[in-house]
Amino acid sequence: MRLEPAVEVAGLVKRYGEKTAVDGLDLTIARGTVTAVLGPNGAGKTTTVEICEGYRRADAGTVRVLGLDPVADGAALRPRIGVMLQAGGVYPGARAVEMLRHTAKLYADPLDVDALVERLGLGSCGRTAYRRLSGGQQQRLALAMAVVGRPELVFLDEPTAGLDPQARRATWELVRELRADGVTVVVTTHHMDEAEELADAVAIVDHGKVVATGTPEELCRAEAGVRFGAPGGLDLAGLRAVLPAGAVAVEHAPGSYRVDAPVDPKLLAAVTAWCAEAGVMPEGLAVGRRSLEDVFLELTGRELRS
Amino acid sequence: MTDFSPRPGAAPVGRMLLAQTALETRMLLRNGEQLLLTVIIPTVLLVLFSSVDIVAADGPGKRVDFLAPGLLALAVMSTAFTGQAIATGFERRYGVLKRLGATPLPRWALLTAKTGCVLVTEVLQVALLTVIALALGWSPQGDPLAVAGLLVLGTAAFSGLGLLMAGTLKAEATLAGANLVFVLLLLVGGVVVPLSRFPEAVRPVLELLPISALSDGLRSVLQYGAGVPWSDLGVLALWSVLGLAAAARFFRWE
Repeated sequence: MRLEPAVEVAGLVKRYGEKTAVDGLDLTIARGTVTAVLGPNGAGKTTTVEICEGYRRADAGTVRVLGLDPVADGAALRPRIGVMLQAGGVYPGARAVEMLRHTAKLYADPLDVDALVERLGLGSCGRTAYRRLSGGQQQRLALAMAVVGRPELVFLDEPTAGLDPQARRATWELVRELRADGVTVVVTTHHMDEAEELADAVAIVDHGKVVATGTPEELCRAEAGVRFGAPGGLDLAGLRAVLPAGAVAVEHAPGSYRVDAPVDPKLLAAVTAWCAEAGVMPEGLAVGRRSLEDVFLELTGRELRS
Repeated sequence: MTDFSPRPGAAPVGRMLLAQTALETRMLLRNGEQLLLTVIIPTVLLVLFSSVDIVAADGPGKRVDFLAPGLLALAVMSTAFTGQAIATGFERRYGVLKRLGATPLPRWALLTAKTGCVLVTEVLQVALLTVIALALGWSPQGDPLAVAGLLVLGTAAFSGLGLLMAGTLKAEATLAGANLVFVLLLLVGGVVVPLSRFPEAVRPVLELLPISALSDGLRSVLQYGAGVPWSDLGVLALWSVLGLAAAARFFRWE
């Protein structure tokens, strides 16, 4: 028997009044993978995830999660998914362990709460009320609550926002363990490094649409060319004059330049010689493999975090 | 290392209900402001007004015979309306209701747990007020079943109004509004000031308030030993239907 994908979204549209938050989004997430939904704030990531979680109804398009309709089949779906919201979700006066223990009681066969508390360092929260916990403690509690019910599919909305580097690594480690044990994980993030570190598949979302999907390797695969950063608005006519025939030089986003041509030492020399002549320092000069950041910039013409 | 292999499933609904009711009750009893509202204010008013001649009591018996039914009504209002509205308003603001909505706990079970929490708290309040009132020389009359019926319908009426407020307004607005309504109804709803003290013109309006129906009904049974106060029960039933229907219609979970 072939298992249907964990998540199947086709032609999803969601409007809030005049504003179109999701605009014909297609996304398929395979079982047992970690998928990063990457995009700037306001791209429609959270709206898409919350529709998958059954919080909102789509205005158009189809959504199947574990083969079910998130709204109509919500009661059957909810025990099978784990949800980490971007913020909140806990009684302001509750203690971390108390809330986690309570959440565990809502599931048939939950994880061992004490082990999870230990694993995520929640013991240090002690008797402190949720509203007085640090942001990092609140995030870790939300993560624990998302996994305690032994779900098949976990949605983590910006799971490492505001965490220090050590806590981020701990979260990533937990996500890898989830995958190793067969749990499908969907992570929304606007951190490139998070997607690069974690994801088997990346879906880049911008203006409510998926603009690219693939493994990080596929997305970053070397495209012949040279990239560098320099002050915006340079006149590239002089550069084009010294490039071999067929090469293209463009400023694909303000201050980000790309020369598309087979890379060899001569090409590099031509580019840098032109820079020297123009008195321009080519910041972050790179050849070969792009970073996800480059991919994103080239696809959307925007910095991810702006 | 933790084994995360999926083993999904909802807990039996009875277990969820029990756990949710216990948690809600713990949250309520841990909250200082809530305790002030639900325990301390009714108790202080009972003791103060029974022992000092500030308000003019009405009807037969001692002052406490007039006051105890009114303060039982106040206790119901403080828990089912004010306390529940404020707590639920902040749970909505903190995303608690939203997050619980993604667990196997059904919405009806969450609301049932809230009702359970209100009833548990009311039992504690009624027990406390009864003990204090008896110590002050209270001699209650009438049929305990009629009293129970009034308390239950009163709870339903105030719960509907409290949830309506919590589910439609901002948490801060609910906090301010629920407290304001509490004080207003305490003053004009026959809790400690008999309705007979108000001008004839406004009395018919005041009598339609849920707090007036509850305090009047409790008083007619407990102070006068009357039978089942059908008209008061009718007023409360009407408020229950209106409040709960409106809450069901307009409640927003986020």
